[in-house]
Amino acid sequence: MSNPAKTRVTINVNGKDLSAEIEPRTLLIHFLREHHNLTGPHIGCETTHCGACTVDLDGRSVKSCTLFAVQAEGAKVVTIEGMANADGSLHPLQAAFAEHHGLQCGFCTPGMITRAYRLLQENPNPTDEEIRFGIAGNICRCTGYQNIVKAIRSAAQVMAGQPRKEAAE
Amino acid sequence: MSQPAGKRTVIGASPPRIEGREKVTGAATYVDDMQFGPSLLHGALKRSPIAHGRIVRIDASRARALPGVRVVVTGEDFPGLTGLYLKDRRIFALDRVRSVGEAVAGVAADTPEIAAQALDLIEVEYEELPGVFDPEYGASPEAPIIHPELASYEVVPFVFPQPGTNISNWFKVRKGDMAQGWAEADLVYEHKYRVPHVQHVPLETHVCVAQQNVNGKITLWSSSQSPFAQRNLIAKALHIDHSRLRVITPYVGGGFGSKAGVSMEGAAVALAMHAKGRPVKLRMTREEEFHTTFVRQGLVAILKMGMTKDGRITAMHNRFYWDGGASTEYGVNITRAAGYSGTGPYYVPNIHVDSYCVYTNHPVGGAMRGFGMPEIHFGIEQHIDEMAHRLGLDPVEVRLKNCLKDGDETLTGMPMHPTGLSECIRKAAAAINWGQETVSYSSTKRHGKGLAAMWKAPAMPPNPGSSALVRLNEDGTATVSIGGVDIGQGALTAMAQFAAEGIGIRVEDVRVNTVDTDYSPYEWQTVASRLTWSMGNAVLRAADAARTQVLQAVAEAWDEDISDLDIVDGQVISYRSEESIPLKNICIDGVQRKDGTFVGGPVVAQGRFMPDYVTPLDPETGQGPRAVVHFTTGCQAVEVEVDTETGEVQVLKIVSAYDVGKAINPELVRTQMEGGAVQGLSTALLEGLILDHGVPRNPNFTDYRIATAVDAPLETENIIVEVPQDDGPFGARGVGEHPMVPTAPAIANAIYNAVGVRLDSMPLTSEKVWAALQNNDI
Repeated sequence: MSNPAKTRVTINVNGKDLSAEIEPRTLLIHFLREHHNLTGPHIGCETTHCGACTVDLDGRSVKSCTLFAVQAEGAKVVTIEGMANADGSLHPLQAAFAEHHGLQCGFCTPGMITRAYRLLQENPNPTDEEIRFGIAGNICRCTGYQNIVKAIRSAAQVMAGQPRKEAAE
Repeated sequence: MSQPAGKRTVIGASPPRIEGREKVTGAATYVDDMQFGPSLLHGALKRSPIAHGRIVRIDASRARALPGVRVVVTGEDFPGLTGLYLKDRRIFALDRVRSVGEAVAGVAADTPEIAAQALDLIEVEYEELPGVFDPEYGASPEAPIIHPELASYEVVPFVFPQPGTNISNWFKVRKGDMAQGWAEADLVYEHKYRVPHVQHVPLETHVCVAQQNVNGKITLWSSSQSPFAQRNLIAKALHIDHSRLRVITPYVGGGFGSKAGVSMEGAAVALAMHAKGRPVKLRMTREEEFHTTFVRQGLVAILKMGMTKDGRITAMHNRFYWDGGASTEYGVNITRAAGYSGTGPYYVPNIHVDSYCVYTNHPVGGAMRGFGMPEIHFGIEQHIDEMAHRLGLDPVEVRLKNCLKDGDETLTGMPMHPTGLSECIRKAAAAINWGQETVSYSSTKRHGKGLAAMWKAPAMPPNPGSSALVRLNEDGTATVSIGGVDIGQGALTAMAQFAAEGIGIRVEDVRVNTVDTDYSPYEWQTVASRLTWSMGNAVLRAADAARTQVLQAVAEAWDEDISDLDIVDGQVISYRSEESIPLKNICIDGVQRKDGTFVGGPVVAQGRFMPDYVTPLDPETGQGPRAVVHFTTGCQAVEVEVDTETGEVQVLKIVSAYDVGKAINPELVRTQMEGGAVQGLSTALLEGLILDHGVPRNPNFTDYRIATAVDAPLETENIIVEVPQDDGPFGARGVGEHPMVPTAPAIANAIYNAVGVRLDSMPLTSEKVWAALQNNDI
């Protein structure tokens, strides 16, 4: 079996340049998980539906199971591991998900929080309906979403009371 | 249990999940997140493309010759039979395949790509056999026999296979006088209801890693609800000593029953036994997850009931045909549970129930949240609604009239324990403003309200055990070891609360371990909504024993009576001498006596629990003094909006009311109610595996849709009712599965209320609603 030629890819992940020699077919989720042990983003479907692999890429939410790592060359990526503050304190979204039971099994949580982060950057004061549409690309099978909506609403209020800043930047 | 009254500061409070910080930071480790280094082999399974056939020939020589392929195994390597209740299947098919997707061979290779290529190189020749794709047909004498060897299979004593047929279990209830029941009725009504196969869809698919070391000991890292049951079943199937098989279960990304028992894990262990010490990972794709692990089995229910004109149920004759699939890990026991719960939560004097588990050439039926109850209640709760309407009666009043009250005899002859069922029905009805019509602003949309009640018992053998270990650490914190799994329901947090309460320390000072069968004490399985009740009892007893160990040492050292001593917030105090000492000074090194010597030592305590009162049932009548440990009861009421032009159904509000005995952590109880209701909504409106002669046509999220945040109701209300369970810890009983049991019939009843159409098959799609509306003058 022939090995496809490998190529070097460098992506800025959570504020640090990360590189790897990879096959061009390598997906971004595998670059993160297999090559750099960033196992927060999960693989739930391989078909862009469930959103467990959601990361932030140059200011947009992307499903990292549907993007080749080479497509992210030079990009700025934020994963759940880059959400907390430098001192280890939680991002308001993380704190709100824990406090308001916005999670049960926790498997969808990294993607859900990463998506909610971008949603609140785009719309800092969303209605419940806007939150629901904003996270409709992320499936949660445990919570019934009520507490996820509540957590995002609560985090928006906390964030409105403090200066906005981009995670890990 | 020596719990002083008035001390309960942790029980009934809602501390946040103890593992929450790990889960919101991405630090929580699931099996696929674990690192095994470059020696890791990637497993893959060769699957049958046909639903039923004889295996004529398997040639794996070309796969074995492929560079990078390290192991290829087939059924001949592991011919032993396995199964939880009925040993009717093998890890790899041996001479016959019985469903599309059944594993016929396994490979382990250096990369996933090589493993996939190796599968293509395995040649399998089949001789196709006629299939069975409907359970009613499967149970008939005309159907081809799927398991000709059924008579020879090993089976537990409470399951009754019918050799020479496709019936793997037949559970019967015979009670009262049917002729009299029909004679007393003013209305007798019969109808057939259908429930399709449904997938659990845990966000984390099945995944495990197996490795055998030089001593022959095997470790299995497994995303499992049943680490101990997996150890037991795999050890027996592969002839391994139990002590040489170690199952480690870290965090689990959802289960809903699919990760109970053994599905693909045996294959990983089989591959590892040939992998010369290298770890082998097997991870299901989403497509494989949809039909090759477990599905919720389909049901055809034929219900016949008699009712008087004032709404009293006089008789029920119910037949349940379960589409059990190619083999039956849990199906036979789901069939039994459906049988002994087959009237729904009602007192019925004259009863005839037949519940059949039927082999078909469909995916294997496993346990799923509710364990048969959502399926049977879909028909029962619509049937009662329909009869109430036909008699001009209020469906809520009919339910209140017939629902089981304390001491009423259930269908198996067991007196009903104290239950808050009537209270749940009343509160759910009130919360939805039952009887008050609401009107849509749009002329093409109609609002309707519906309600359904439920009951469910933990469905299990009579004697499943739980155990727990509590150890105190130098700093006065506690480490609790359990064998049950937190699959998202919050078991770790509830157990921390029990331990904190039992010892007398803060819940923040309790750590609860995930499962490692080498170090965790035994737990039967994380199923049946039984952990809070059963494992909770074990943890509470262990905590109480730890507390007693401490207090005995202090009492001796201080020359006091143990009854004058207490532990409060980590301090041992004497109500008599008013002395106190922090736990952290004494729980390892003991307590110093007045003469300078020490008493006590490291505090290590155990607790266990096993129900010892469940009796067998008569195989011909289903009668017996105590069929089950208890029933959790409840009710849901929903309000829907139906678009009369498109048939679309939007659920506006769901009210859930359940009698949980005692809410240990009310916020976690509410999250179960809410999550269950939306999972119930999703199955009611959207879900169903489409099987075309056994071939799954929609094993993906495009064609099998799961409720998103947009589909979920805008409003939910969760009502906790507390009628204590006599043997529950602080009176608690389980509520994990129950919230999805009545959702589908409640929605169906609300659709009927809105637009006058009755849908007897799930899912309640807009297409079906629209088609039914064309025949109605609405």
